[in-house]
Amino acid sequence: MASLFHAPMPSTGPGYSFSAQPTAASAPRQHAGFYPYTDNGGSTLGISGATFTILAGDTRSTSGYNINTRHAPKLFKIGGEGPDNLNARIVLSVVGFAADGNALKERLDTVVKMYRYQHGKEISVHACAQRLSHILYGKRFFPYYVTAILGGLDEEGKGALYSYDPVGSYEREQCRAAGAASSLIMPFLDNQVNLKNQYDPMSGQGLEKVQRVPEPLPKETVEEIVRDAFTSAVERHIEVGDGLQMMVITKEGIEETFSPLKED
Amino acid sequence: MPGFDFSNHPRNLALHSRGVPLPKATSTGTTIVGCLYSGGVVIAADTRATSGPIVADKNCEKLHYISPQIWCAGAGTAADTEFTTALISSNLELHALSTGRKPRVVTVMTMLKQHLFRYQGHIGAYLVVAGCDPTGAHLFTVHAHGSTDKLPYVTMGSGSLAAMSVFETQWTNEMSRDAAVKLCAEAIQAGIWNDLGSGSNVDVCVITQEKTELLRNYITPNVREKKMRDYKFARGTTAVLDQRVITKEEISKYVTVQEIGDEEVVGEKMEVDS
Repeated sequence: MASLFHAPMPSTGPGYSFSAQPTAASAPRQHAGFYPYTDNGGSTLGISGATFTILAGDTRSTSGYNINTRHAPKLFKIGGEGPDNLNARIVLSVVGFAADGNALKERLDTVVKMYRYQHGKEISVHACAQRLSHILYGKRFFPYYVTAILGGLDEEGKGALYSYDPVGSYEREQCRAAGAASSLIMPFLDNQVNLKNQYDPMSGQGLEKVQRVPEPLPKETVEEIVRDAFTSAVERHIEVGDGLQMMVITKEGIEETFSPLKED
Repeated sequence: MPGFDFSNHPRNLALHSRGVPLPKATSTGTTIVGCLYSGGVVIAADTRATSGPIVADKNCEKLHYISPQIWCAGAGTAADTEFTTALISSNLELHALSTGRKPRVVTVMTMLKQHLFRYQGHIGAYLVVAGCDPTGAHLFTVHAHGSTDKLPYVTMGSGSLAAMSVFETQWTNEMSRDAAVKLCAEAIQAGIWNDLGSGSNVDVCVITQEKTELLRNYITPNVREKKMRDYKFARGTTAVLDQRVITKEEISKYVTVQEIGDEEVVGEKMEVDS
């Protein structure tokens, strides 16, 4: 996922030891005006395997130190038949501003359903992925304030996962964490899924050591990694918790499960 | 020179004007409560400390010792509650020694408010002061700007509204010890579940004329479930580019090396993954 949207401002200021960037000595705004965005917290993640894709998200919706609800889904089936998306094979996860997430889901779902009525066939994930990118970029100067992840199976039946920034920059990946606890979960995924910073214990010493080679993980392993990622995020991030929604996409269809997470 | 050191102030002003933000202090986003009952007074607190949206400590102590029969629950900036209570505790000990009397809760409350008022709210300590002295059982709140309240039941911190909702529906006059402890624990739990700044466990402190009981981790409703997978790395997984052995003799050139036997180390064990 390109990070153009969140690129830090080039710093010309003095060196300092704090983590935050200088906010630039800009003139204070005269009046705040109307700010239509809210951050509803929460986190999502997706991992693709050889024959499946798993998406997951917590079900807590927050504003400030308050909990709006403990049961707000962030994963949505896209396409299929009727309002319950029967026989759908694509899943969209959205995290950030929940209202924009819902609006985006409605838009993409409509587009995917219209595709079938007009072309008489199901949309492919990569076509759906590109369409989503265009929808996001279409609001380049009043963006949907969300980080989206799209999951499904490609034309070869392999797991497909696409991640986005709020203005439509996208990329197909093996795994991605998004939302409030993404900075906590993503390094864990890098290490456990792509085996980053892990070397073959049997290989030589120092620079001779060879990286362990990542290979597609079995479904059961991925489900365990996902649960561990979320139970850990719940421990250390206040906006993550309450419930875990998981969707497993295989050629058989989409299996959706809800399981409890800590509620403090 | 005693007191705070302000010598960095002009430098910090210059940095701030060039856009450097203030460093983030650990704040105890907190629910703290207190409740008087017929035999004494109870105070309670949650155990979560936060730094922005990140949980800094899952099991911190927000119940601070002032004197054997006077304790304080603290919310706000962690360092400020810690140092303010320690300072007042120290001064109170000297005061008790010079007067030859048991310290009073009003004295603590007055010392705290005078200290905090002098710093115009810059010391972010929000406290619930409770204790028993020769004049009876007392309960106060002290705000960072120096204002105080004397009430039969009090709440403070980001979870104060959740906790107060429990007091306002369940509190009764002349409660028993057990009822007061239960009510305070319930109030803290209201904060733990409904306020994101509060979480983890409930600490309680019961003070009577006879004794003080600190019930550390009185309720632990947030024990982490067992992880699904084992994350032990095989030896040799991490690449080592260079290795150098520094002997104890070498180290001794720079620091004093103190041998300690393998006596058992006292104190609370840190929570680690099994």
